[in-house]
Amino acid sequence: MQVDDQILVLLGPSGCGKTTTLSLLAGLFRPDEGFIKLNNQTLYSSVDKTNKPPQSRDIGYLFQNYALFPHMTVRQNVFYGLKSKKSRQASAALDPVELLDSFGVGHLIDRYPSQLSGGEKQRAALARALIVQPKLLLLDEPLSALDKNTKTVLRQELKKLHQQWQIPFILVTHDEDDASFLGDIIVTIENGHIKEHYLNAISA
Amino acid sequence: MFLQEMDWHPVILSVRVAIIATILVSCLGVPLTRFMARKEFYGKDVVEAVITLPLVLPPSVVGYGLLMLIGKNGLLGKHLADMGITLVFTWYAAVFAATVVAFPLMYQSAKAAFMSVDLDFEKAARTLGASEARIFFTVTLPLAWPGILAGLVLTFARALGEFGATLMVAGNIPGLTQTIPTAIYFAVESGKDVLARTLVVIITVFSFCVIFWVNRWAKKQKY
Repeated sequence: MQVDDQILVLLGPSGCGKTTTLSLLAGLFRPDEGFIKLNNQTLYSSVDKTNKPPQSRDIGYLFQNYALFPHMTVRQNVFYGLKSKKSRQASAALDPVELLDSFGVGHLIDRYPSQLSGGEKQRAALARALIVQPKLLLLDEPLSALDKNTKTVLRQELKKLHQQWQIPFILVTHDEDDASFLGDIIVTIENGHIKEHYLNAISA
Repeated sequence: MFLQEMDWHPVILSVRVAIIATILVSCLGVPLTRFMARKEFYGKDVVEAVITLPLVLPPSVVGYGLLMLIGKNGLLGKHLADMGITLVFTWYAAVFAATVVAFPLMYQSAKAAFMSVDLDFEKAARTLGASEARIFFTVTLPLAWPGILAGLVLTFARALGEFGATLMVAGNIPGLTQTIPTAIYFAVESGKDVLARTLVVIITVFSFCVIFWVNRWAKKQKY
């Protein structure tokens, strides 16, 4: 599989290994063999025996349940990634407050995750993942936990977000509708087999 | 009044032993439990059974085992004796006994607490660049804290009430190794009813207050 600054959608029934694929990319799970490269940097290679830890992979991850730290406010959640040594060195740091504002959740900055709605949680989690300026964003079923109206709005926002950030997104879903709306490339996993569909022309 | 002429040594010693044992159990127990809750290795079940054993064994058996370990001819005691250190029949032995007996309680509570922390939080922190140490102190430990606190309270209460093993390794030397539970036992044996009753009231009220306060506090810590 290969992706440029596009949205690649992994589509398939639950339990077919979509989330596992994201975990492999993020370094949360160690593959048996093969290689993973990002911008010509080897993240994992069974041949060279390299395996970069997730901390230094520059990959953002939006978890299915958003995994916002429940004991921290939205502000603390978003600042969390900025406090690690590596991102402090990054020169052109983003302003977390501005970023949250641009996602429309700036007014919720001092709330705890349990006080947010599903859509708000997702926006906060997106801000937290993007504030460290990842080179790739992984999204695990970003729309599955939302009601229909929020879903339609957020789908469009995700697409807009992708155009703004100009980094590859890899998105996991079991919903064909979402897949064809968001995806530039759709990869279907069925019974362990992989099929790719290029939809560039439609979405461009 | 009676309270003024009462010997407060057992009370002070019991509290001191319980506090030190709780600190020891936390310092050893929390890192060990974190390790055991997340790692799988060959023989893990055996290690867990050994850790939990003092909870179910008769205190006399634990006391006997401790004597074999730190007694004058014990495995560890022999070497300590060569260095001029005696542990048995000192209050250090009481701390040791309380630590061993209370350890499984901390282990069980903390293990459940660590297991209840969703792994996704740690994974999210990892993708945000946080070191493993930072993840432990800023994510895992705060989220597991209510359960660990419950473990601390149980440990403290158990250490405060430890009787059998303590009696065997630390004895019942008034003013030196006599704790509230041993003092009560010997007060009853020698017919000092008033003393026994007073100590019973003190330890009961004290334990009740600690548990009551911590339970109230833990209720407020839910997310």
